[in-house]
Amino acid sequence: MKLLYFAWLRARIGCAEEELDLPPEIREVAGLLDWLQSRGGRYAEALRDLSVVRVAVNQNYVGLEHPVREGDEVAIFPPVTGG
Amino acid sequence: MIRVQREDFDVGVELERLAAGNHRIGGLSSFIGLVRDMGGEERVSALTLEHYPGMTEKKLGEMETEAHRRWPLDAVLIIHRYGRLEPGDRIVLVATASPHREAALAACQFLIDWLKTDAPFWKSEETPAGERWVESRAEDEAARRRWKLCP
Repeated sequence: MKLLYFAWLRARIGCAEEELDLPPEIREVAGLLDWLQSRGGRYAEALRDLSVVRVAVNQNYVGLEHPVREGDEVAIFPPVTGG
Repeated sequence: MIRVQREDFDVGVELERLAAGNHRIGGLSSFIGLVRDMGGEERVSALTLEHYPGMTEKKLGEMETEAHRRWPLDAVLIIHRYGRLEPGDRIVLVATASPHREAALAACQFLIDWLKTDAPFWKSEETPAGERWVESRAEDEAARRRWKLCP
């Protein structure tokens, strides 16, 4: 799975992109975010408040219950501020 | 047509090109977003726009399709810049063309409202207190919501 981070989430985590071998017990976005938080340190700090975290799977906005699979592109970012 | 680019654009040239050769078009509407020199109480000397390449083009393309579905449009153009910009610089151009003004004006507002909440761009401002990420505004979410039900 490819993980992408943008804006202050990228800055706080300290990385823009990483490859992850998806642990088999993770089946949806909520589980993935929990697992990332459990890495501690920068991840726990960046993902502390999920009300300001948005997720896209394969470039579509999704909710916490959306499934994730090996091979997906999952992007994690704050609410958008373009225009 | 969708363009995501670092470079500036010439509004006159873009609008002329949008309507060129199509004499069905009776109305051309446009919105231009500029960099402000204030963010809240803070003076802003520059801002940097980051985006999600791939998803940005996909979301803007979906918005263009939805505008065509809702209104009789002859042409749609969205240009959005990224990178470092200074106060007064152009950020975004949305332009719509239609036989009559109602569709062109409504579709233009629809597109900029949707773009604000759905296109994956993020702004970081340079202020005297340092760099800070711009927070999303509840008003933008409300502006987008009113298009859900209306044609």
